[in-house]
Amino acid sequence: MALATRAGSRSIPALIWRSTIGKKTVMAVSGLIMLLYLITHMLGNLKVFFGPDEMNAYAQWLRTIGEPFLKHEWFIWIARVGLLAAVVAHGVAAYQLSRLDLAARPVKYAHTRRRTSYATRTMRWGGVILGLFIVWHILDLTTGTVNPHGVHGEAYENVVATFSTWYGNVIYIVALVALGLHIRHGLWSAVQTLGLGSRTRDRALRATATTVALVLTAGFVSVPVAVMTGIVS
Amino acid sequence: MTTMNLTLRIWRQAGPDAEGRLTTYQVSGISPDMSFLEMLDTLNEELILADEEPVAFDHDCREGICGACGMVINGAAHGPERTTTCQLHMRHFSDGDTIDIEPWRAAAFPVVKDLVVDRSAFDRIIGSGGYITAPTGSAPEAHATAVPKPDADTAFEHAECIGCGACVAACPNGSAMLFTSAKVVHLNVLPQGAPERESRVLDMVGTMDAEGFGGCTNTGECATACPKGIPLTSITAMNREYLRAVRKR
Repeated sequence: MALATRAGSRSIPALIWRSTIGKKTVMAVSGLIMLLYLITHMLGNLKVFFGPDEMNAYAQWLRTIGEPFLKHEWFIWIARVGLLAAVVAHGVAAYQLSRLDLAARPVKYAHTRRRTSYATRTMRWGGVILGLFIVWHILDLTTGTVNPHGVHGEAYENVVATFSTWYGNVIYIVALVALGLHIRHGLWSAVQTLGLGSRTRDRALRATATTVALVLTAGFVSVPVAVMTGIVS
Repeated sequence: MTTMNLTLRIWRQAGPDAEGRLTTYQVSGISPDMSFLEMLDTLNEELILADEEPVAFDHDCREGICGACGMVINGAAHGPERTTTCQLHMRHFSDGDTIDIEPWRAAAFPVVKDLVVDRSAFDRIIGSGGYITAPTGSAPEAHATAVPKPDADTAFEHAECIGCGACVAACPNGSAMLFTSAKVVHLNVLPQGAPERESRVLDMVGTMDAEGFGGCTNTGECATACPKGIPLTSITAMNREYLRAVRKR
């Protein structure tokens, strides 16, 4: 007779979604998907330095990826659905895990002291800021709803219009600094969750996370800085 | 020899369901060579002479090897030095200091009285897989099962865990990941632990979650507080074991 183990009766989805380690794996994988997207997004944004024609042509090309196998704009919609799933999975898992974490320490210490790094302590609220930023960012530069220019097909002009307003610059730069901090801890943490870290690799992994965070933030922030300084207009 | 006068703010709680609060005490004539627990013994002698209830705290070996003692001293599990509370000496404090002393804080570690918490949740985690199912009897011949030296070193390093609970106390999420991973890695790296490698990690993590410990956010507070130096990569190794066990189902 087989010995009955507690885990013996649980299915793989239950072992993933109902355990803290499994749910963190969902966060790690969805986070890495979003990070890969952000790297290509940042590199694509740098097209703004080559003028409106090249930038707008690039924005149009994104809609033609996969043709003729895929129909026009199919690729971009598949990517959007995938990214939305990643954002929702990441957010729901983070919310549920945070609820558990807060419930596990019901009485706080009277003697408080500064714990962990700034990047680590700001993961939760930084994540909320990023979620709100994504909503504004889509309304601004995807749908054009809140964009001062807001013309479809004129990506370059829309970007310049946003970063010609003080609030556009403030929202964007604050969110991108939050993104850098989030990735600084999140990338290293995701690697640990997936069990890929080790003592010999740790320094390299921390350095990689810091580098990716800095390069990504600098690449994104270079666009509003270029508009503010008149390099891009 | 110079002695110290100290102000102590100690968490006093009469029972599990009683209201607790920080109570201020003065102690004088504390030698820098005293251990932290001897300093509390001094306070308790005075409290007993004054017909007051002494401060309850856990302790046993007072040699730093049993894991019974433990309190949060000035916000740090086991205090400012990387050791157990019994091996913390008063020379790390100065005359006139105010020291805050609180119990381990975690939903899974309910306060029994004052600084004593119920850590039996740890026993239930161990009971769900922190062992090998094999007849023990007398000690086996040492060369019967060959263990590669690096694996033996890893197992010994993780077997050092004394189950004091400082990792849970230090973690902002009250997570028991470092405690659980120490035992999972200790046994899973050895050939004797191999037959139950998958069920061990799945069951122990399942119990850990069910006991109401929080999840890991890789803050590293646990490994910093651990008096036995269980490394943070132990948690990474348990994550790897867990995902491996899920894949193998």
